[in-house]
Amino acid sequence: MPTLDHLPYLFAMLLFVIGLYAIVAKKNLVKLILGLIVIEYAVNLFLLLLGYRGGGVAPILTRRDAPAEFLARTVDPLPQALILTAIVIGLGTLALVTALALRLYDRYGTFDITEIKKLKG
Amino acid sequence: METLPLFIAIPLAVAFLFPVFEKLSLRRALLDGLAVLATAALLAGSLGLLAQPDRVYWIGGWAPPVTGINLVSDGLSRLMLVVVQAISFFSIVFSLRYMDRYSSRGFYYGLFFLLLAGMNGVVLTGDLFNLFVFIEIAAIASYALVAFGCESEELEASFKYLVLGSVSSAFILLGVGMLYNLTGTLNMAEVAAKAPALSGLPIMAMVGACFLFGFGLKAAMVPFHAWLPDAHPSAPAPISAMLSGVLIKAGGVYVLFRLFFSVFGMDLLYARVFMALGAVSMLIGVLLAVGQWDFKRLLAYHSISQMGYVLLSVGVGGEVLARGGPTPVAALAVFAGLFHLVNHAAFKSLLFLCSGSMEYVTGTRQLAEMGGLSRPMPLTGLACRVAALSISGIPPFNGFWSKLLIIIAIVQAGHYALAALTVLVSFLTLLSFIKVQRYALEGPLPELLRSVREAGLAMSLPLLALAALCLLGGLLLPLYAGALFTPAQEAMLSGLNYARAILGG
Amino acid sequence: MQATSESGGGLSPIVKTVARWMAGFILVFGLSVVLYGHLTPGGGFAGGVVLSAAFILVVLSHGRREVLQILSERAPTIYDGLAALAFLLLAVLGYAAGGFFLNFLPKGQPFQLWSGGIIPLCNLAIGVKVGACLFGVFAALAVFRHLHQRSA
Repeated sequence: MPTLDHLPYLFAMLLFVIGLYAIVAKKNLVKLILGLIVIEYAVNLFLLLLGYRGGGVAPILTRRDAPAEFLARTVDPLPQALILTAIVIGLGTLALVTALALRLYDRYGTFDITEIKKLKG
Repeated sequence: METLPLFIAIPLAVAFLFPVFEKLSLRRALLDGLAVLATAALLAGSLGLLAQPDRVYWIGGWAPPVTGINLVSDGLSRLMLVVVQAISFFSIVFSLRYMDRYSSRGFYYGLFFLLLAGMNGVVLTGDLFNLFVFIEIAAIASYALVAFGCESEELEASFKYLVLGSVSSAFILLGVGMLYNLTGTLNMAEVAAKAPALSGLPIMAMVGACFLFGFGLKAAMVPFHAWLPDAHPSAPAPISAMLSGVLIKAGGVYVLFRLFFSVFGMDLLYARVFMALGAVSMLIGVLLAVGQWDFKRLLAYHSISQMGYVLLSVGVGGEVLARGGPTPVAALAVFAGLFHLVNHAAFKSLLFLCSGSMEYVTGTRQLAEMGGLSRPMPLTGLACRVAALSISGIPPFNGFWSKLLIIIAIVQAGHYALAALTVLVSFLTLLSFIKVQRYALEGPLPELLRSVREAGLAMSLPLLALAALCLLGGLLLPLYAGALFTPAQEAMLSGLNYARAILGG
Repeated sequence: MQATSESGGGLSPIVKTVARWMAGFILVFGLSVVLYGHLTPGGGFAGGVVLSAAFILVVLSHGRREVLQILSERAPTIYDGLAALAFLLLAVLGYAAGGFFLNFLPKGQPFQLWSGGIIPLCNLAIGVKVGACLFGVFAALAVFRHLHQRSA
């Protein structure tokens, strides 16, 4: 049964759909790239939510924490590690796609994809 | 010493060395030598692995009960590993001469080995998130390689490929996340151990759909194929051979097989989806190929079609298995699919290298502007003919045997309509390659191309070697099937026993 | 702002001086994030991003022309490659002790700076790699692109 607790997941999915919409419907290369970023962050947000538990603490063990009590209260750190890796990968993709878009702009003088079509499709 | 991690560590190390060498302006011979040496060593290593039994390597000593990331050498991954190393070796040898036209040789080799490291990682890893990371490494390297020439078309193709590839990666990551939430683990074997309890949950359909879309797009199966005919022809020819020859297999089809056979367990629905995707890709791919006049674009459409054969055949195997049909039929279907996968790697990379060789001397990829090339370029002509006959399924070349086995398996499974479709697609393939032979190799030599010559031994040798593989691969099948295919086929048919094989007990 | 960045001339002397001062602090902060990565939030990637930010700040404030006189085009690529190789070397050195990526150094006491075996060293390699790589990307897109630009 969906409850209020499920709302963040819905928002993550909504963000994902917004990103997809930008990729499908927008004609500007820069907006397409923004769509990619939104999709990526929607997935990251989703992963973050998976690791959350109500009232949890950040998964960083300090000298003051008793390990057993800490383990009982901390949120799942693994999705956060996954997100960090996904962010790094996203950064690489973003750098490459920006370089491509700039090169395309050099060639065509526009970011409009309807004017960039030498390929048959 | 354990050699499995070296299949990832060596290409990565070489990949990071090359840009440094490039920037230090070291001699070209050093770069070429290092590239050939590294691929040759990896090929030798992967062949050596064939003789060894299945094994699992836990990185950093994190073995169960504390499962870390593991590398798995089972039949299927060994098969893919050998194919990847072999094609990359031939592509590198071909590149030595072909890449003369491009600057920045060091960056080219660097990206090439990054692609290789990514594919080796995908094939070997036993961890879902690690799989995602390696697929992204291979994908980012391939986006950059598609745009390597920096011409307008190449940039455009690369952009399109990158956008679609990133969307598919997002779906894969979404699927990995959901699976982690369901099972609390990212290890494929541990997920497989919990898979029977999960099957039938509605969320599993969502996970399956995410993976099917994500990896289906990477494998360019038909509703998701739009990027391939742009991206593969735009890359330099040796890279086209790598992308069409192995990347869509290692990054797409292999992962689909691994996940749906070994991790989720094949059920009737997934098998039917495989069959449908395969049959549609097979037909649409070849129909789109027939009308093409750009040689490389034509080849790219055939890649979609030929991978359809593989998916269809393996899907039929899975369907027979899932409905409890006779195991020998399922085994034959899976065997035929894997055999065709290897054959496709051989003849499609050969065709792309031939197209590269022709483009190198003639400067064009348009079939209508070529003609009579088999006289000035006898070696390339011979290799191109062998490859065209192989892909069209003419005996005694390897494509004939794998297509024959696929059709026999489909008939035995009782899908007569699909068998007829397979035969029809085979005829259409033949038709489109008659066109290639007629316009590129036969006929009068155009005035402009009077002075063309063979491009040199460094480019012809890989062509001849691959042509020999196309001929012998079919004829000598009984000799090497036991070493290469039988373990892979058993790994796929054993299904969820994957978990027990990895985790023990 | 628009005019100066188009010509690559840089910003006013006040901004340049403040940026030079800030860059030092940012570098120190980035290094501490890298070195304490195994104890606190942060680590190689986050620290590396901070390190590259220090360089980017200087480039932004001083402008393209001034930077090109001291910046070598190949330095980011070389540091990037060597740091990646260093990271890989740490992984391969594990073989000597029994396995790939094995943490072969003494682990030490938790919460001490010298603890965690090879992890601080890995963080350092990643920090240099990420810093060089990000700055390289920025430099390639913002500085060197104008050198190699071909006519459309």
